[in-house]
Amino acid sequence: MSAHAETASACRAALAAASVTETEALPGHAWPHTAWPGGNRLIGFILPLGLALAWEAAVAAHWADGRLLPTPSRILATLATLAQSGELAGHVLATLQRVALGFAFGVAAGTVLGAVSGYWTLARQLIDPTLQALRNIPSIAWVPMFILWFGIFETSKVILIAVGVFFPIYLSLSASIRGVDRKLVEVGRIFRFSHREMITRILLPATLPSYVVALRSGLGLGWMFVVAAEFMGAEDGLGFLLIDGQQTGRPAVILASITSFAVLGKLTDWLLASVSARFLTWQDSFKPAE
Amino acid sequence: MLSVNQVDKRYPNGVLALAGLNLTVAAGEILAVVGGSGCGKSTLLRLIAGLDSPTAGRIALDGTPVTAPRAEIGLVFQEPRLMPWLTIDQNVAFGIRHLPADERTRRVSECLARVGLASRSGHWPRELSGGQAQRAALARALVGRPKVLLLDEPFSSLDALTRGDLQEHLLDLWGDDQPTMILVTHDIEEALFLADRVVVMQPDPGRVRTELVPPLARPRDRADPDFLHCKRRLLADLGHASGFSQRVAATV
Repeated sequence: MSAHAETASACRAALAAASVTETEALPGHAWPHTAWPGGNRLIGFILPLGLALAWEAAVAAHWADGRLLPTPSRILATLATLAQSGELAGHVLATLQRVALGFAFGVAAGTVLGAVSGYWTLARQLIDPTLQALRNIPSIAWVPMFILWFGIFETSKVILIAVGVFFPIYLSLSASIRGVDRKLVEVGRIFRFSHREMITRILLPATLPSYVVALRSGLGLGWMFVVAAEFMGAEDGLGFLLIDGQQTGRPAVILASITSFAVLGKLTDWLLASVSARFLTWQDSFKPAE
Repeated sequence: MLSVNQVDKRYPNGVLALAGLNLTVAAGEILAVVGGSGCGKSTLLRLIAGLDSPTAGRIALDGTPVTAPRAEIGLVFQEPRLMPWLTIDQNVAFGIRHLPADERTRRVSECLARVGLASRSGHWPRELSGGQAQRAALARALVGRPKVLLLDEPFSSLDALTRGDLQEHLLDLWGDDQPTMILVTHDIEEALFLADRVVVMQPDPGRVRTELVPPLARPRDRADPDFLHCKRRLLADLGHASGFSQRVAATV
């Protein structure tokens, strides 16, 4: 069984499990279900698998040239070779570690500063204009400075990723704290909540739904920035694999790296979304028709 | 004893919501404040709760001035205002978060049983009906055993049947600890059914127009001729107070 098919079956099992828990959590859910729960989620696989098969068939029938855009089977074969030599695991781990560290720092800073500037007008007046100005600098523009300041190794990469993750979290949290229903805040005042209790017991839970969206977009940016970080001189990582494939003229290696990014990005996003869904079962939200 | 002394409230936009208001409420008394919209009755309640502060004058509970929300003063809002991310028991526990966990659990379940929501303890607010949600809000205000319970049109968004049910229930609950209750309402019948004393307010600027101590025995019967007589009198007072008797009639 190929690596891709393995991933697909793992995804299917996980998605089926996710859809079962969701059904249980929604007693009022009135829409009819298909006989196989999760069956509808598999619709998402039709498009990528269809395109892959079509390209495979087109190259096999000599309608298209597979040299510059290798077929899915060649990409999978390249991935398998990289996996067997242990190279793939090394690159994946290096990249995952950078994203994880950068994400953690970015989320921590974004959450603290976002909460502070959402809650205290004075703090907002003090830091928000500066942060908004900094936000408009393309983060890649920092790369030369970061290399000067923090060196070419891990620190500058992690910081670049953290900067990318920071802004969506900061922006969303500080804006959504200001959008919390005054009526709920008044309940906290009636019960004489301290500032800390007001933030942790009312404002943060109330903003959790939009915070989760911010975390997901922050994570997406983290994956984007890790490539930029690894372009600026790395000895390992999926971004390094990309550059390596380009310099050695091996498009299958480039695409193997891109495929890994897609799978990892999707998996981590799914993980984040499904973990956070457990904390959001209280929401009385719109359930779209099937 | 709760006293409101020469209280003015002017909002930042210049509107004078209350002017020279005086009111004394005895411990354990049930006071109803009625008036049309814009007469300042909700403003008065927010001042007593300590959510807003008066522009002039003084509000005191047992001699100590009320300048911020206090543990002895509970408030039930017009809407339930339950935290949607907490289950019903967690919402009720909001009021006694400083107590030890076992004591808290005991009092919360006791209080939920009192308001008839024992079976809803672990449910989310979205799973409750309007009447149940308002009961939960009542439990949250009562669980801390306040000396004074303020109610801001608490039943106004409920259907007539649920409202009548909750009014009787409120009297039951009052019997336990007999807190001082101040009920703001635009429903004259509700005021007469519940209150020892009814204060009629008039707008522009908000002040007390008249007071009525209904000479009615408890439990009160809404169809009793004396009850209806009091109702007509209050209606007439309110009509004069607002200048629009039709508007008041429509809300009764």
